[in-house]
This record gives sequence, structure tokens and C-alpha cells, in this order.
Amino acid sequence: MIVLPLSHILIFSLVLFAIGVYGALVRRNIIGILISIELMLNAANINLIAFSKYTSLSPETGQIFALFVIAIAATAAAVGLAIVLALYRVRKTVQADEVNLLKW
Amino acid sequence: MPILEIAAKFGTYAVMAVILIFALGVVTFRNLFHCALCLAAALIGTAVIYVVLQAEYLAAIQILLYVGAVVTLIIFAIMLTEHLAGKTARQNNSQSLLAIVGLLGFVTLLATLILKTPWPVTPTALQAKNSVMGLGKALMGTYVFPFEVISIILIAALIGTVVIAKKDAPEEPL
Repeated sequence: MIVLPLSHILIFSLVLFAIGVYGALVRRNIIGILISIELMLNAANINLIAFSKYTSLSPETGQIFALFVIAIAATAAAVGLAIVLALYRVRKTVQADEVNLLKW
Repeated sequence: MPILEIAAKFGTYAVMAVILIFALGVVTFRNLFHCALCLAAALIGTAVIYVVLQAEYLAAIQILLYVGAVVTLIIFAIMLTEHLAGKTARQNNSQSLLAIVGLLGFVTLLATLILKTPWPVTPTALQAKNSVMGLGKALMGTYVFPFEVISIILIAALIGTVVIAKKDAPEEPL
């Protein structure tokens, strides 16, 4: 087995998460925001699996929660993209800053 | 075999670097289709990291579910709304600089915390074998309630997605 220091994996997933947050903050296209959210969930999954490998005494726990995260991420993507399609049909736009009907 | 081990270590670091480069591509490319392809590449790289961490089942699920299903879904959504993302349309809002500065602070803070924390890395956990069989037993034993909740969420999301995305049918007189 390859033994990397745990902190290196954590810093790698931290940087991945930060890139995802950047995309979610600055993108105008709603689909772009959804893609960035997938990146963030992915970084969280890497953390879960790394912790379950390095520290936990029951190695299944982290993997099972990563499995749950993947399932929830899939439903989030499906529902989010359905909302985007419905929005596009009604308003003819997918830019987040043009959808401001409910904004004060 | 120390040479093989060192090579594997550097290979893992190389995979991490490639994932980060693709992730930067995901958030910076103008064409959303290229972004989705970069996302697929980054997700496959993550599956490689899972294999390195001895979570082979998760790696398979990652490729099947993320690269197979979610990326396909995203590409379909992009194709159905594509023509808006023309060359002239602005892709970013005006808060990039603020976001970069804030995130640099965030990363520095958390990286310092990560490097200063004495992680309780136990040799017993490093030695532990995790098999697909153990995973299945835990899923059907200890975690059976969240598993069932997930199935309810999946069916609710399935129905909700169809209801939201389908065209409104005109009212038919009875």
C-alpha cells in the first residue's frame, strides 16, 4: 500500500473544494454552478474516505457515508437540472443574475 | 522494493496535480461543454485516488454513477440550453477578485490548521482490510435505516424531476 501523509490528502481536497467554491461564486450560468457543486461534493468524499482509511477502526463507516453522499449528489444534480430546464422554458435564460424576480 | 514505492508515491502526487488542473479548467473554461468534459476527467482522477486509498468499490461506483450518469445528465442539460452561451456572453460575474482573495484566506487558514493538528493515525486502521463484503454487511446491518431513507429520497427525486421537467399539458375538458 502507498502511505501518503494524511495531511497531504487533506490539503489536496481542501484546494479542490476551494476551486469548487470559486466556480460556484463567480459563474453566471446555473449549470456551471451545479458543476462546481459536484466538484465540492467530490472533495468532501475524498476527505471521508481518507479519514476512514487512516483513523477509523471500522473502515466501512467512511466509505458508506461517501456512498450516501454520491447518491444525494446524483439526486441533487437531477433535480437541479430539471429546475434549470423548466426555468429555461419559462424565462428563456440560464444566467443566475437574470433570474431576479423574487429579489428585493 | 523502495523504488517501486517511490514511483507509486510520485504517481499519486501527479494524479492529484492533474485533478487540480482539470478542476481549474472546470471553473475557468468559457464553453460549458468543455467544462463538463473536464469535470468527467477530474472525477475519473478522483476514482484513481479512491483506488490508492483502497476503496475499490467506491471507485467503481464513482465511475458508474458520476462519470456515467451525472456527467451525461449535465451534457444533456448543456445541449438543451446551449445557444445562450455564445462567445460574447459574459460567463463570470464581477466578484472574481473578491472570491479569490477570500478563498486564499480560507485555504491558508485551513491548511495551517490541517498541518498543526496531530491526526490520530492508527496503525491498526492502516492495516485493516476493507472488503466489499464488509461494506455490504455494514450497509444491511448498522446502516440499514439511512439506506432505506436514501431509497425514499431517490424515488421522491425521480418523481419530482419528471414532474418539474415535463411540459405543461394543456387542460383537457372532461
